[in-house]
Amino acid sequence: MTQHSPMEPTKVDVAVIGAGPAGMAAAVTASKAGLSVALLDEGQSLGGQIYRNIENGTPFRDGILGRDYVAGRTLAQSLRASDVTYLPRTTVWNISTDNMLDLSRDGSSSQLIADKIIVATGAVERPSPMPGWTLAGVTTVGALQILLKASGVVQEDAVLVGSGPLMWLVAAQMISAGTPPKAIVETTPKGRMAQAMPHILQALKGHRYLTKGLSMIRQVRGAGIPIYNAATNVRINGGEVAESVTFISKGKEHTIHSNHIALHQGVVPNQQVTRLLRCDHKWDASQHCFRPVLDGQGKTSVPDVYVAGDGAGIGGAKSAALMGRLVALAIAQEKGKALPERVDRLEAALASDGAVRPFLEAMYAPAPQFVKPAKETIVCRCEEVTAGAIQEAVDLGAPGPNQVKSFLRSGMGPCQGRVCGLVVASIIAERRKASMDETGYYRIRPPLKPIPLSELANFQPLEVAQK
Amino acid sequence: MTQTADLIVIGGGIHGSSTALFAALRGMSVIVIEKDTVARHASGVNAGGVRRLGRHLAEVPLSQHSMEIWYGLQDMLGADCGFQIAPQIKVAENEEELDRHRARVQTLNRMGFYHETILDQPQVRHYLPAVADHVVGGLASLRDGFAQPFWTTTAIARKATQAGVVFKEGERVLSLKRETDWTVTTDQDIYQAPKVLNAAGAWAGALAGSLGEYAPVEAIAPMMIVTARLPKFCDAVVGATGRPLSFKQMPNGTVVIGGGRRGRADTATNTSEMLFPELRNTAATAMDIFPIMRGATIVRSWSGVEGRMPDDIPVIGPSALHDGLYHSFGFSAHGFQMGPGTGETMAGLIETGATQFDLSAFAIDRFAPPNT
Amino acid sequence: MAKRIENTGEPVQFTFDGQTVTAQSGDTVAAALTAAGIDILRSSVVSGAPRGVFCMMGTCFECLVEVDGVPNRQACQVPVTEGLTVCSQQGAPEVLEASA
Ligand SMILES: Cc1cc2nc3c(=O)[nH]c(=O)nc-3n(C[C@H](O)[C@H](O)[C@H](O)COP(=O)(O)OP(=O)(O)OC[C@H]3O[C@@H](n4cnc5c(N)ncnc54)[C@H](O)[C@@H]3O)c2cc1C
Ligand code: FES
Repeated sequence: MTQHSPMEPTKVDVAVIGAGPAGMAAAVTASKAGLSVALLDEGQSLGGQIYRNIENGTPFRDGILGRDYVAGRTLAQSLRASDVTYLPRTTVWNISTDNMLDLSRDGSSSQLIADKIIVATGAVERPSPMPGWTLAGVTTVGALQILLKASGVVQEDAVLVGSGPLMWLVAAQMISAGTPPKAIVETTPKGRMAQAMPHILQALKGHRYLTKGLSMIRQVRGAGIPIYNAATNVRINGGEVAESVTFISKGKEHTIHSNHIALHQGVVPNQQVTRLLRCDHKWDASQHCFRPVLDGQGKTSVPDVYVAGDGAGIGGAKSAALMGRLVALAIAQEKGKALPERVDRLEAALASDGAVRPFLEAMYAPAPQFVKPAKETIVCRCEEVTAGAIQEAVDLGAPGPNQVKSFLRSGMGPCQGRVCGLVVASIIAERRKASMDETGYYRIRPPLKPIPLSELANFQPLEVAQK
Repeated sequence: MTQTADLIVIGGGIHGSSTALFAALRGMSVIVIEKDTVARHASGVNAGGVRRLGRHLAEVPLSQHSMEIWYGLQDMLGADCGFQIAPQIKVAENEEELDRHRARVQTLNRMGFYHETILDQPQVRHYLPAVADHVVGGLASLRDGFAQPFWTTTAIARKATQAGVVFKEGERVLSLKRETDWTVTTDQDIYQAPKVLNAAGAWAGALAGSLGEYAPVEAIAPMMIVTARLPKFCDAVVGATGRPLSFKQMPNGTVVIGGGRRGRADTATNTSEMLFPELRNTAATAMDIFPIMRGATIVRSWSGVEGRMPDDIPVIGPSALHDGLYHSFGFSAHGFQMGPGTGETMAGLIETGATQFDLSAFAIDRFAPPNT
Repeated sequence: MAKRIENTGEPVQFTFDGQTVTAQSGDTVAAALTAAGIDILRSSVVSGAPRGVFCMMGTCFECLVEVDGVPNRQACQVPVTEGLTVCSQQGAPEVLEASA
């Protein structure tokens, strides 16, 4: 593998964006098939979200993070052993229709041109808008896990608020680390088990996940942590920083004091790159998110652009890696290369790994409080736009997120709608009694990440003829 | 069923919408047909400069007229257009540039226009305290301004609707035919009217061409970049003289930078695309003229599809071939300010057949078709 | 309160608003500040309300700080290095007045 080589490639067969399980697997497989591959990730190390910091694990941390985490090391090793050019700390901030990638690395910008682009940019946490969620000290549950994985830092006496497998996993990891959460405020509404049951037979094919999930929940309960079920009316109180969280559970109002409140409502595909490229997207009613429209081989509606991993729809790390390999094979085939492994086996493995999903999706669909937040709740954190203001803009005639953005600046701040996008769209859809597909999503414009004006002035573009 | 009106306007940008509004105020019945949504293209996404400064001499009278309407526009529309009066200043980076400005002011004065004035070095510093030391002066129009393009264009359309104009959004005109009246066929309906205005922006050339009138409209994609908020340091809209730049700090502190450089425009897909390498010099110019910009961060960009004529001034006026057909397009990246005034003028021309303005410089037949 | 359960890197010192913070090599600025018990990194450009780390993964842009004079850097994406000068970003109060 080449890294930090003085001559970085300017033209490759395949550019893979994102070095999580999907991206690493896609890069290795494409490279094995004889294609030249660049793997780009803005992070400092291989691994993406789940396998964050995987190459620097210690036995102590491995013990806390568990077997599923450690499994990523093999993938990282195969990448290191391959011919892939891995570029860490490299942010792809624009891609133009001629497959030219604008990159920022160590404070300077340059370009790379690729025949094929694999978007493996994973998932982001679904927003949990609620009163007080902008206070300092309020983070996502994922943020706590990143602290633990990357720096061995744990937040003591944190209160976890939300639902979904990742919240239970992080609670279990915090217990193993000797710093259990102070309480868990579960927001999964009553009656979800009944809605999920029709999927249980299929889910049993993926019983490994069910068993793991149940044992995590058991571990957390066994540790004696207070757990409040089916919480509603959740709000965070505080002046400068978070001081407590208040909610109703079993008909009673509770307030728990903590300066560290962590929120979670599951994860959703990170749409920034596929939206920037104007790929077609469709609303997935089961996963409650937009997904890029793909053929069976990860190909989007835009020529030469593919998606693998959670960015294609939430499937977890194992599915992400399998899909990464499948997409790489599809490209290899198109390029007339001999395939290093069999497609049908991968497809079967992918189907079996995904069996548990419909059950989880029915069980952990976001609670209504977070899809239709109360009027005074801030939805767009960057520009401090409330749910009520968005409703008013709709009443003034704004038919979709882009017009609401023009009226209110929601989604115009530095996060470019990454946090508020889905909630803004669902508030508009609700108000107009329109479907999510009719309502649509923000148009995403470059730069995907802010770049200094001085960096643009010193931009070093490739001197190739533009088509 | 065929719908009829006195006037059919093709295009729901600021020119189509404001002509429709003023025509309705004159008592005409008007239908506006827009293939996407009102303000979706150049009129809703431009830089918002309300600028008389530095215009082509042929445009000055119409632009001046438009400015007078702008001052009262928000009251007239009963809506917030984000309009603010502010100086527009073209800074001169050397004496030679300043001399060119001096000559221009003399020419304008001879024509009877006094809105542009010369700023010497202390004056330019007074208006632009953050300007770089090497700037020697500038050309200013102190009562120009800026507005929110999307708010403005949609407010004009709302007012037009109140005045009885019917907007047909999401409908594309497929063909135009003239018998006694014009028959306009869209992908959804058929309309008839004695008069038709082609205000179809970057798409207007094809429409004129389909009626045998040659109008070489080039689709261009002006590019704008926006920085994160900065402390307030500039109240004026600023341009450079010797190199392309348009520069404006918004009331919320963000700085919008554009100027000359073009991205990729595609009229078939309605899309435009940023080409960042083209903005290298613009970024450098902004930092040269305002050293505070060396610490700025770009958070957003946008571009839109605009129609440009080879001589960079629009086509405004009656068709050279057909009765009852009028054109108002090709504003070449500076038509936002002209919107209200041109709309008012065109409405008068369409209703009465006459106007006080000399539109000969904007005539459609000034372009010779190739190979003839 | 944040607690570091394992020391794997070398000690690295940097400053945040003039205060010396000891971190570990491999930390991001955001992780180091969190470990040091610092939860407020900036104030909102709109209301001036205090804000801190939210997602830790580069998505939310809540952690914007000035690093060695360059504003708007994501603290959760910038690795700590010895002697780094990090400053909190204070809204844009003058700007608010101007637009009010
Ligand atoms: C915070 C969080 C914590 C999670 N924890 C767990 C867990 O403990 N266990 C579990 O089973 N699942 C977890 N998940 C789900 C798990 O992350 C996914 O199922 C899996 O990692 C998907 O793999 P991927 O390769 O698709 O994406 P990822 O692993 O997310 O990889 C995507 C990569 O793309 C990079 N990237 C994005 N945009 C750009 C750009 N413009 N330029 C350059 N690089 C870019 C990112 O830096 C990232 O490294 C978590 C998810 C999140 C969001
Ligand atoms: S904490 Fe969200 S971007 Fe850094």
